Amino acid sequence: MTQTRRLVALAATAVVPLVVLGLFFVLPVSGMVGRGFVHGGRLDVGGVADVLARPEIRRAVWFTVWTSTVATVLALVLGLPAAYVLHRVAIPGRTWLRAFLVVPFVLPTVVVGVAFELLIGEGGPVAFLGLDGGPVAIVAGLVFFNASVVIRVVGGAWESLDPRPGEAAAALGASPRQVLRDVTLPTLRPAIVSAATVVFLFCATAFGIVLTLGGLRYSSVETQIYLLTTNLLDLQGAAALSILQLLVVTALLLAAARARRTPDAAVAHSQARLRRPTGADAPALVATFLLLVLVAGPIASLVVASLRNDGAWSLANYRALQTSGAHQALLVPVTDAVVNSLRIAVDATWMSLLLGLAVATVVTRRSRTRSERRLRAVLDGLFMLPLGVSAVTLGFGFLITLGRPPLELRDSPALIPIAQALVALPLVVRVLVPVLGGIDDRLRQAAATLGASPTRALLVVDLPVIWKPLLAAAGFAFACSLGEFGATSFLVRDDRPTLPVVIFRLISHPGDLDYGMALAASVILGATTAAVMLVVERLRVPSVGTF
Amino acid sequence: MTALSVRGLCVSYDGTPAVADAALDLDEGRVLAVLGPSGCGKSTLLRAVAGLEPATGTVCWHGEDLAATPTHRRGFALMFQDGQLFPSLTVARNVGYPLRIRRTPRAEAGARVAELLDLVGLAGFGDRLPATLSGGERQRVALARALAASPRLLLLDEPLSALDAGLRQRLAVDLRRILLAAGTTAVMVTHDHEEAFAVADDLAVMRAGRIVQSGPIAAVWRAPADPETALFLGYARVLDGPAASRLLFAAGLPEAPAVALRRSALTVVADGPLTGTVTEVRTTPGQLRLVVRTDAGDVDAVASLDRRVGPGDAVDLAVDATRMAALAGPSERAERTLD
Amino acid sequence: MGSPRARRRTSARAGAGAVLALALAGCSLVGSDNSPEAAKDVVLVTHDSFVLPKTVIAQFERESGYHLVVHASGDGGTLTNKLVLTQGDPTGDVAFGVDNTFASRALDAGVFAASDVPLPAGAQKYVLPGDDGRLAPIDNGNVCVNIDTVWFSDHHVAPPRSLDDLVKPAYNGLIAVPGATTSSTGLAFLLATIGKYGDGWVDWWSKLVAGGATITDGWTQAYETDFTQGGGHGKDPIVVSYDSSPAFTVPKGSHASTTKALLDTCFQQVEYAGVLAGAADPEGAKAFVQFLLGPSVQKALPDAMYVFPVRSGTPLPPAWAKYAVQPSHPYDVSPADISAHREAWLRQWSDIVSR
Repeated sequence: MTQTRRLVALAATAVVPLVVLGLFFVLPVSGMVGRGFVHGGRLDVGGVADVLARPEIRRAVWFTVWTSTVATVLALVLGLPAAYVLHRVAIPGRTWLRAFLVVPFVLPTVVVGVAFELLIGEGGPVAFLGLDGGPVAIVAGLVFFNASVVIRVVGGAWESLDPRPGEAAAALGASPRQVLRDVTLPTLRPAIVSAATVVFLFCATAFGIVLTLGGLRYSSVETQIYLLTTNLLDLQGAAALSILQLLVVTALLLAAARARRTPDAAVAHSQARLRRPTGADAPALVATFLLLVLVAGPIASLVVASLRNDGAWSLANYRALQTSGAHQALLVPVTDAVVNSLRIAVDATWMSLLLGLAVATVVTRRSRTRSERRLRAVLDGLFMLPLGVSAVTLGFGFLITLGRPPLELRDSPALIPIAQALVALPLVVRVLVPVLGGIDDRLRQAAATLGASPTRALLVVDLPVIWKPLLAAAGFAFACSLGEFGATSFLVRDDRPTLPVVIFRLISHPGDLDYGMALAASVILGATTAAVMLVVERLRVPSVGTF
Repeated sequence: MTALSVRGLCVSYDGTPAVADAALDLDEGRVLAVLGPSGCGKSTLLRAVAGLEPATGTVCWHGEDLAATPTHRRGFALMFQDGQLFPSLTVARNVGYPLRIRRTPRAEAGARVAELLDLVGLAGFGDRLPATLSGGERQRVALARALAASPRLLLLDEPLSALDAGLRQRLAVDLRRILLAAGTTAVMVTHDHEEAFAVADDLAVMRAGRIVQSGPIAAVWRAPADPETALFLGYARVLDGPAASRLLFAAGLPEAPAVALRRSALTVVADGPLTGTVTEVRTTPGQLRLVVRTDAGDVDAVASLDRRVGPGDAVDLAVDATRMAALAGPSERAERTLD
Repeated sequence: MGSPRARRRTSARAGAGAVLALALAGCSLVGSDNSPEAAKDVVLVTHDSFVLPKTVIAQFERESGYHLVVHASGDGGTLTNKLVLTQGDPTGDVAFGVDNTFASRALDAGVFAASDVPLPAGAQKYVLPGDDGRLAPIDNGNVCVNIDTVWFSDHHVAPPRSLDDLVKPAYNGLIAVPGATTSSTGLAFLLATIGKYGDGWVDWWSKLVAGGATITDGWTQAYETDFTQGGGHGKDPIVVSYDSSPAFTVPKGSHASTTKALLDTCFQQVEYAGVLAGAADPEGAKAFVQFLLGPSVQKALPDAMYVFPVRSGTPLPPAWAKYAVQPSHPYDVSPADISAHREAWLRQWSDIVSR
């Protein structure tokens, strides 16, 4: 088997994901950014650079950096102890708690905004804190969203951490605190850095949270892109910020890749026994409790509000989901939207799994040369990019680049699941890569020398190892797709809306019933997500969500 | 008749050659051991023959060039150092895997699996999972699985090196028996010359990516190509110059630039052609091992356990010409290998 | 050797290829099109507040023989920019919802084709100056400050009456305003202040912001979450909304609205529809614009989209007749002025509120 042949086979595997990424990500985004660079029919790079010197843009950049940094740090401060408690300590209901803590991650931001307002706004239980509309509320919202990422990523690694080095250190006289500092945290460093990177990315590109919780007093890079694109039609400014975003994302992904280079702890197959909680766990338990309160508060207020109608307890809001809302705010009943969302999510799921498997396979196969290894690393990073690009840019990009033959895909019903699959893809890839990377390549070679074709070798070697993580990734993709709003809202047809789109529409119409329906639909969305995540939890895949 | 023929085989990683210009010939039904220190490229050579490494040069089977044949169609089964059993399959399903690939009827496959498990001494282990087996048992299963493929050529990559010493010796004997019984043509890679002697018919010695000597095992043993090869083949010491001449003369052999000695080439006797002073004595279960300072320099010698010799004693040494080999070149590194 | 195996491999590849082809063809669960194949589609591009009763849409489909497909997203501003960006290659045949604050941008960009739909009586006065039969006015409404009358009487505070009042210390921290940069409601309100104060609007807004006004991203957030009479029962008894809003806050069994629009704080918004240049089916598009101007849609507008019809003699719902009072003299800014200064005003406004 020659070098060229191997590379051809790999290229064939990579080609489908690359074409999909090219068509549905690179083309639309570069189409939008390209319009910003062309000014009056001429390429104008200097003008783009000037945008970054505008005071409001500089303010937005600074605001984005500091809120994202603070939110990342807080998510780590609360998430790390919670990861420990939920993955290493025997406390009752761990599985349920873990599934519950993921719910915010897939809730549409509109819903999160409403939930927070119900809590911290006037008349809410903690209105006295005066957080409404301030940066504290924004940061709290970001932490609410992202702490689950830290728990997933670090918890997975922590769970499969080999306890023996720690025991060895203890035997040499290290206190539990010293063990944590000298052994545990350094081993978890790749996972922690990965989690921090992804959380920072999510925070820096957060849109709905900043808008709904901060009002317009605070603008971030993402809200500036939205403003420049949808309102001022200042494509040059939007392009400048998009480029800035892409650069920052690339830099962060490079840093994350560097951190990952140390073999990921999640790959080591060690299942430590859970310990009973002791006095030393008290600080971690307190932090976990705080996080639970932060997550449960808004969600509980959402559930409570959804059960109130005309000042009394009632299921009227839920019953109304079979209608199109008061004043027929919708073309179809909410129940139809639920069915639609589920169907689209099924499609998005298998698409992202297919693409994710191909990408993970290409990325994890052993490289023969340094340049090949570098190529694989680049591919790995490339498919992470959708994490860091504005949904507005992508959505408008779809409209302007996919409308003309031969790419007349704009109105294809497949475009929505494809767009959602791309959003879920980074997550799927990060779940599968550590697992596939952990398979000894020689096992496949053993199968080959026994006469198994590559496909057959896949069946006997990869499949038994990968099927559980694959199901877990499917759960993630499904939940992501269910909650996706940004790109979907640009593509959706009103007679076939998804649940988040319907929630947004209901909330945009006056009237108590529509508002209550929106809350009830949000609860349904959250509950569906939690159910999916609970199934994922049951699969017990240690590396789930490892970025 | 030559079955496997390798010519001008080169493999390199990122420009660094791992195997350089290797040539091998192996007749049908014979077992070839490729012997070399770790890192010499012998495993890479084996993997290249299996089609697992991109290589230049030719690998032919009965004259047919295999360059375009992918691994799974070469019919060469490779048995790995650590077995590489499929962890999710039982022992019987592991062994039966190649049969299933070939769509062997179920009953026939079952019988063959039982037969193979019996052959490797694991009858009744069929329902166990690999994780529950000991190292030796796993290697036996891997061997049975490789044989189940009815390979045209069996490739064994350090099949016994992961095992402890006693087990290794027993399994080496078993392996020889099993290969003979199955009439399999095989190439085994090893760094242990005793294993090579126990299992193989032919020997190729490899060093730093090159095959330095090959041929029937006895021929190679009798005439190592150079001092390093001699040391690797288990000779205890290589002497050159006047010391070599002195020993060759004492053994009644013709003059040569260097000579390789096995430890037992010199024996303490009442009256011998060589004399010297004992400087070291070590007792082993079967004999005394000595270092004796002679006029040919320090040499190794053995004595029977009932001889009472101690450091400082003067002794006579007999020289056994069959336990030494005259070498063409002078020794570059006349140092001792492990026992 | 190899030929049976080779065949097997080929079939495996063919299988993988088929799966792939299915994936690319979008032959998915949602791929099945349920719309009746007989009717031709006419595609409407609009903002996400577009609502018409199903019976009315069915009437259009029955009468015209077209099947209506709706693509709705974003607000009026987003819609306009979407149309401008896809100029010549539109995502639909007809657009509804570009309003008088954005219309010039769309017209300048050549988004709309001339359709010369005959206008009903009463509509002519809303036609944009200089428009040559491209945009047909469909509805109008006024963005006005609304107040929670119950709150003011409960708290024994005299309610505000004018824009001047709103920046007085007595009303500090009591008002929720949708952002001008993120919502068309907000932009209309900004224009009301510009209409009233001219260049003095900067001062007025600086005072409003300094007084602790809640600036939200959209009408939804301001009304539903922050307004005391909204669904979320928020904390602000003053909100920027519409002249029609009081009609929706009449408690069951009551005969008085709990809110009131301040008629001296208004700016008139007119929404237009037009046939898109490059439409696949201009005839269908034209038919839909005509239908929007017809009695059925005009009559349904108040309940569906909280706006007033443009067609003279269209009956209003009883609650509207009683509780939705239209201002007689809303503040006015000429379309030419809006077109020339919109971006500058928005940047300046954005600077004031995010300082």
